[in-house]
Formats: sequence, C-alpha cells, structure tokens
Amino acid sequence: MSNESNMRRVTAIRNGTVIDHIPAGSALRVLELLNIGQGTSVPVSLVMNVPSKKKGAKDIVKVEDRELTQAELDRLALVAEGASVAIIRAYTVAEKLEINLGDEITDVVRCTFSNCITQNSREPLPHRLRVLSKDPLQIRCHYCGRPQDLDELVQNVI
Amino acid sequence: MTGLITMADLTNEDIVEVLDAAERLLPVARGDAQMPLLSGRILGNLFFEPSTRTRMSFETAMKRLGGDVVNLGDVSTSSVVKGETLFDTIQMVDGYTDIIAMRHPRQGAARYAQDAARVPILNGGDGAGHHPTQTMLDLFTIRQAHGRLDGLDVVLAGDLRYGRTVHSLSHALARFDCRLVLASPELLRMPPEIVEDLRASGASVVETTDLYGSLDGADVVYMTRIQKERFADEDEYVKVAGAYKLHAKHLGEVRQDMIVMHPLPRVDEIHPSVDETRHARYFEQAFNGVVTRMALLCRLLGVDVPGGEA
Repeated sequence: MSNESNMRRVTAIRNGTVIDHIPAGSALRVLELLNIGQGTSVPVSLVMNVPSKKKGAKDIVKVEDRELTQAELDRLALVAEGASVAIIRAYTVAEKLEINLGDEITDVVRCTFSNCITQNSREPLPHRLRVLSKDPLQIRCHYCGRPQDLDELVQNVI
Repeated sequence: MTGLITMADLTNEDIVEVLDAAERLLPVARGDAQMPLLSGRILGNLFFEPSTRTRMSFETAMKRLGGDVVNLGDVSTSSVVKGETLFDTIQMVDGYTDIIAMRHPRQGAARYAQDAARVPILNGGDGAGHHPTQTMLDLFTIRQAHGRLDGLDVVLAGDLRYGRTVHSLSHALARFDCRLVLASPELLRMPPEIVEDLRASGASVVETTDLYGSLDGADVVYMTRIQKERFADEDEYVKVAGAYKLHAKHLGEVRQDMIVMHPLPRVDEIHPSVDETRHARYFEQAFNGVVTRMALLCRLLGVDVPGGEA
C-alpha cells in the first residue's frame, strides 16, 4: 500500500503534531507517555499496523492543535526511538524533529524496583535511568542498578 | 569528590594500591604505631540500618589515624523518623564532615547520597545492593592468605540473592580472573543480572546447589548468612534456613591452604568446629575491616600513606 493511501486513512491536520514511523503496536504507549487519554480535548488520530517501506509496519499518531515540545518528545524515546515528528502549521510541515534515545532518561519514568531509594516521592533528585544498550533495549536505574522491564516501566511515567 | 559506591569505582590498580596501603597501616591498626594522618578530619557515620562491625570498624579506623567521628545515632530518635529525606540529611551532614560512611535499607541510597553530597561517600551497604568496603577487606584477607588475587578458585555460598557482600565481591573477583562457583539454594540464587554481568566480563561462573561437592580444589570458600530480615514471607525463610552447615568434617579433603571466610555475623552456616581448623579466617577477616577502611579513608581524603613508592 502506498504512503499516500496510508495518509488517507486519517485526514490531514491543519495545525498540530504528526508522529510517524512509530514501531508497529507502540502507538498506545506513545499516548500514555504523552498523558493523552481521558480528559484530552484536542482531536487525536491514531493509526496502527499500516505498511511501511522502512519498517514493514508502523503506527502513526496525529495530535491536532498541539505542538509537542522536544522535552515531551524525549519522553517517547523509550517506545518510539527513530520515529519522525512533524510540527504542522496551516497544513504544511513547519518543523521536523527527531526522537532519539540518549544514554540517559531523566525525569521521564520512575525506577520500577520497589526498594529503590527513588521510591520515596519526596526525595528531590531527578529520576535517572541509564541506557546500556538500544538493541535489545537494556535500561538500568542510575541509583539502584536494577534492570528495568519496559512493560512495567511505561506504567511508571512521571 | 567521588566516593566508593560500587566496586566499579575502583580499577584493579586502585584496588592493589589500597591493599598495599592497608598492609603498611597494619601496625597502626594494631595500635603498635601512631600515624595521625587524618588529624583534624571528621567522618560522619550515617547508619540507617543496624551495623556492628562496619560502623565500629569505620570509627576505629578514623580514630586510629587521629581523626574524629560524628554519629547519626539511633535512627528512631533522629530527624529521619520525623520524615526527613535522605537528601536533606546528607545536606546537613555534608556541612559537618569531611567524609561520610553510610548504610541504608534502600538500594541505590549510596549513589543517591553521592549525587547529593560534596564530600565523598563510602557505601557501607545499600539494601541488597553493594558493600564495597567489605569487598576490600575480603580481598585483603584473600591476598594475605594466598599472596595474590589472580586466578583463584572461589566458592561463594549461601544467600547469594540478598547478600550484598557477595554481589560486590563477585564483581571484583571476576575482574581478577578468578573462577567462581555460586552455591545456593534455588530460592537464593545470585540475581540474573549479576550473573550476566560476570559472564559478560569473561568470568567463569558455575551455579550449583551442591556446596559440599564444590569444596574440592577451592582456594576460598566464602559463606554467608541467610538473612531473615530480607524475607517478606517467613514461610519462604523457613524453607531455606539452615540449608548449608559447614562442619570441620567437610574439610577433610580440601586443599591445605583453602580458607573459609564469612562476613559475620554467622548463625549456623559455619559450625564452631571449623574455628579450630587451619582454614578458618573469618575473625582475621573482621579485623582486616579496620585496616582496609583506614586505607580507603586516606585515599578518598587524598592523603598518602607513607612507605609506598614515590
């Protein structure tokens, strides 16, 4: 299926953010990480498992009337590394951004280990996770050193 | 300044240097010589969890070198019980002292404290995490007995899951190309991420439940206590309590120079009959805590121990 027909599945947006090339099946996690859910008033379109030349299959998320910041996009690196982001203004791409997983994820998610020092929510230092490997994804807490399970981790969004 | 949080904070060369400095400090640790290298310096002892040996040996080490010690005291009467965060406690003690030794029930607390502090932190145990100063005294004891650290056959036995001493020690031994046998009940196996790290570093690691069958050919047998306080469920504890009881009768066929170590306190995992054998080394090991901590205090405070190569 062509790229054009993928895009036709949802209408073009006038203003907002398009996140394309999300790994297939990860779009719901993207919404979780962006805290988009009940109570969100802006229109959100979501396409899952559509053909992709680059990846075989991919997901797409479009958020209307909201320009996501780089800080917000960095939160997505856990589940959507390599996704491409376009800020849309008046139906045209005004800015292109990238999501890249750095060596450290700071203040995005909380360590999942129940006896980690960071479990005390009053402790003020940032939540820091170290990325040991990107493929396969291996993440450990900077403080307690425990390996993090991705499924559990995305439940711990700050 | 950085402290000592895990063994990854020291290179093999650093380790050997600290052990050499500790050797030179032995007469001072025994009280046979005076060397007030740390006169005017203050150690803050922050023990949020009970400790006898570690806390006392830090205190003795500092005082033998002419330094002074302030203690957090009983956690139940300090500001911690009023809900003070670790961050705030560290800010306060950081201002009072030149170096901090701490133990905390939560894992990662020492790294957290180091990020919050200006003075060096010596990790005296963080939950089931790390206990690097214990590892240094263990290495000192092993080197004293065998004259080297490289290429030894070491059996680590007992509670390998919660035992922080064996977590730190196994990392260090792997770096010196020791062959490790990890003997534990199924329930108390070494955490998989640690075994993974050890193997990734090229170490030879064998996991077994058979302690007694692993003694033959070992240079070191390191026993640990099954720690009741780490079990949430007492039934689980009962299942594994008393899993290993090393008795002198088990030592008939072992190497003459094999040593039995234990971080203490012991419960029943080493029978008193072992105390009388040539293999028992755990009481010397406890004494070595003072001298290695003296060497570590000097190193982290940037003070040279005289007698080393210039």
